[in-house]
Amino acid sequence: MKLEFDIASGDFSKAGRASSRIKKMLKQLQVDPKVIKRIVVAIYEAEVNVVAHSVGGKMLAEIDGTGITVIVQDNGPGIEDIEKAMQEGYSTASKAVRNMGFGAGMGLPNINRNTDEFTIESELGVGTVLTFRNNF
Amino acid sequence: MMKVVEKYHAITVDKDKCTGCTHCMKSCPTEAIRIRGGVAKINADRCVDCGNCLRACPVDAFYVEQDSLEQLNKYKYRVVLFPSVMIGQFPEIYTEGKIYEALLKLGFTHIFEVEQPIGLLIDEIKQEVQKSTRKPMISSFCPAIVRLIQSRYPSLVDNIVPVKAPHDLAACHAIELLAKQGVKREEIGTFYVSPCSAKMAAVKRPLGEEVSAVDGLIKMSDLYNHIMRVIEKEEKTDTAPLRKNLTLDGILWSLPRGEARHFRRNSMAVDGIHNVVKILERMENDEVPVLDFLELKSCHQGCAGGILLTGNRFLTVERLQKRSKRYPHASSIDVSAVSCLGIKNKMKADPIEPSYVFALDPDRLKALEKMQKVDRILCQLPGIDCGSCGAPNCHALAEDMVQGQAKMTDCIFLQNRYLNEKKINIEKATKNLEKAWGKNRFDADCNRRGGRNEGF
Repeated sequence: MKLEFDIASGDFSKAGRASSRIKKMLKQLQVDPKVIKRIVVAIYEAEVNVVAHSVGGKMLAEIDGTGITVIVQDNGPGIEDIEKAMQEGYSTASKAVRNMGFGAGMGLPNINRNTDEFTIESELGVGTVLTFRNNF
Repeated sequence: MMKVVEKYHAITVDKDKCTGCTHCMKSCPTEAIRIRGGVAKINADRCVDCGNCLRACPVDAFYVEQDSLEQLNKYKYRVVLFPSVMIGQFPEIYTEGKIYEALLKLGFTHIFEVEQPIGLLIDEIKQEVQKSTRKPMISSFCPAIVRLIQSRYPSLVDNIVPVKAPHDLAACHAIELLAKQGVKREEIGTFYVSPCSAKMAAVKRPLGEEVSAVDGLIKMSDLYNHIMRVIEKEEKTDTAPLRKNLTLDGILWSLPRGEARHFRRNSMAVDGIHNVVKILERMENDEVPVLDFLELKSCHQGCAGGILLTGNRFLTVERLQKRSKRYPHASSIDVSAVSCLGIKNKMKADPIEPSYVFALDPDRLKALEKMQKVDRILCQLPGIDCGSCGAPNCHALAEDMVQGQAKMTDCIFLQNRYLNEKKINIEKATKNLEKAWGKNRFDADCNRRGGRNEGF
């Protein structure tokens, strides 16, 4: 089952739409609550990332009988130093974003921690693609 | 394997009164109600007994079963157990002394406000919260919330504080006090006065406990009427000794922040079941700040807004807050002297288990298939959630369809389309609607509720 969500830049009130929709579906599939929690946290973090850092993007999710694969693509600006971005506490978020309670530098590490498979590709000026998967 | 326990529900539909107006169906937080044959039907697996349907019903078609006061005659010692909130609903001219006297007049021999041993409960909850690694811990006070978490938020079941409800503690307490005086258990009848349908159901089939210590159940609204019939203008006796263990903390317990205040800033209190749903959604996503304790109550203004209360909820809160100031803090009362024999051991409740009632199918591949089907059906539906099909919204109808409990033609928009496309004839379409709404639902009826102009 495939799902697609557009994620607009800058609108934090809309972050969480994809994660809550997917959460509802996984509950209907009677997936172990602990697994649901991990994937929901990962998806929510990814949504916030796109809202806070990018010019906008989309999320594709595919649920099969054994797990869920999520691809998050944004249209830039891209991450300069991925290794640094994966460190806990490292953040390039603006003061405005931090004031809203986001941008603590936990986003990517949190996604990594809460997923079974995780890859990140980024090109400056082009965009970032996250791919992650959790097995049920 | 999960234990299969028969679900008991306090709420029943009176089919003669129900007009199938859909108000209840739309207010139900778990989408447990459908209209079938022109009347509301409750899905027992989904119902959490919150009582929102009772509140929404314009024709009082929902009723809550109770035990009659005549049952009092069966027992030599008749204990009335009522939550403090009951006092709050009376106008101020009826002092608590007059209310107590009225209860004695009604035939009760012993009076217990259930929040009396609250000091013990506070200590126990604090200990449980402290030793738990899961934060925040959620109050187990409101049975509607506990059931909601079980069915809709199973991942949070382990966050529920495993302690008993005040009414069960109070019942144990009362029975033990009488036993000390040499009274046998079978001579004692304990009657719990319930402020809501959820507590009624919880007493009949307690969650986290095998048997309830309560023998009879009385609706608070009913007892209110009984009391008003016998209450005197003047207080004749001093009933204050019966309240000697009552505390400020006990009186405030069932009101908003009544529990949370014991955790000060490390707590949050949410009332109203739809608000609670929003917070639990956030909590599942780890979006709730690090707190020790979360107080969740299904009714607005806590039990003061209970469905079986007679007074206005804000006036009730006001009176109770004023009343509480005349009583000492729980910490200043030595509860160990009050309680006897192991009431402390009775505080613990058995673990509460999750129940997966929202799953589409126990087989995951089948569930996935059904989910895809729901999506395909949804494109056909109008998305205006009109309720004319007998389901609360288009999504719920689509789910009912994949579960084999509804048909495409139940939707009036689709029916119209099929009529236009000449896929069905008008007789068939009418029959379909009659299935959901009953035979006479399409006749004019000026006496029906909503059939008159009742103003804004």
